[in-house]
Amino acid sequence: MRVEVTVNGQQRTADVEPRTLLVHLLREEFGLTGTNVGCDTSSCGACTVLLDGESVKSCTVLAAQADGREVTTIEGLASADGALHPLQRAFQENHALQCGYCTPGMVMVSMSILAENDTLDEATVREGLEGNLCRCTGYHNIVKAVLAAKEEMGAQL
Amino acid sequence: MYPSVFDYARATTVAEAITMLADDEDSKVLAGGHSLLPLMKLRLATPSKLVDIGRIAELSYVRKDGDQIAIGALTRHRDVETSELLVREVPVLARVAGQIGDPSVRHVGTIGGSTAHGDGAADLPAALLALGATMVAEGPSGRRTIAAADFFKGFLETALAPDEILTEIRVPTGFTKFAFQKFNRRAQDWAIVGVVAVRNERTNIGFINMGATPLRATAAEERVAAGANPEEAAAVADEGTSPSADINASVDYRRHLARVLVRRALVELG
Repeated sequence: MRVEVTVNGQQRTADVEPRTLLVHLLREEFGLTGTNVGCDTSSCGACTVLLDGESVKSCTVLAAQADGREVTTIEGLASADGALHPLQRAFQENHALQCGYCTPGMVMVSMSILAENDTLDEATVREGLEGNLCRCTGYHNIVKAVLAAKEEMGAQL
Repeated sequence: MYPSVFDYARATTVAEAITMLADDEDSKVLAGGHSLLPLMKLRLATPSKLVDIGRIAELSYVRKDGDQIAIGALTRHRDVETSELLVREVPVLARVAGQIGDPSVRHVGTIGGSTAHGDGAADLPAALLALGATMVAEGPSGRRTIAAADFFKGFLETALAPDEILTEIRVPTGFTKFAFQKFNRRAQDWAIVGVVAVRNERTNIGFINMGATPLRATAAEERVAAGANPEEAAAVADEGTSPSADINASVDYRRHLARVLVRRALVELG
């Protein structure tokens, strides 16, 4: 079947089997390998992307379900000149990653947390991150980074 | 992990979806997919066709209808969690929906999908059973309503016919007092055992993961109605349940948890 998805602002199309998962559409058809597959059972959150602006686990969404909708991946955050998104910069400045495998998912779910909360405290961030696992257990700095990004971005989201 | 091969059809109306289902007896309804797709990826479910109802916008709503709240089957857990109407009128449902999985799961999973999946280990079915909800189903021969008590039939089995679609869930207002006790080891896990207790003039208690279907703690409810204190009522809470053993808990441990959690819930209700 033919699917048409707006990925990071660009219209993309592909011919896929109905059983194709969104994460495989992104990685294998569109070459966007920033989104990782972790547990493949919607537990770990490594595959988190934004679907119409909200975080979803792309290993448990069919490409067909994203047809006609907007997807944002980690590749879509930095501006065209390579300048990092304030959230990415906060991850860098707060050393919010160790091995980095969970990072794309952590960043994308944090985009949703930032968008859904006018104000943020530590407890809200930790609850927002509950579906994303960091096996280096680097949660503390991830939480710090999300709070720092909120501070910097203020009400602009 | 890929699901096995299937055909895909997207419905734009309920009537169209019913026709699409009738075309193929091995077809399944796809709403958010957060119960069905994990089963399909494990090849525990291998439907020949998915009828995607996820775009039927008219099935996503929460509205007041007399002394009930009508919830469209495609209303996502996130929307149940944050619905001002539900937070005010049926607060237990908003609380329970807000504890399902994690935020990204709640952006996709739907109340109708979870209910039609009928998992005894899931949170919403037990809450709907405790509330005495009514399910509205539509099929080739029209519309019918099914009481929650008659809806959950067995392991992942409901009263829905293969060509019927759950379109709406109706919950009564008035249960303003509630307690939700979900026991698990990690934040996003399924309940090892869970208890949803609601009270208006009477107290209803629903169990999560104490059998193949969601269950009511009937013996404890009777004792509460007869004026027993939480301790006395909770002592018989596991009567009539049939929990299974798994990696998280033995049968005896689940029965123990059921008694402890019912006591905590009743104490919380006051």
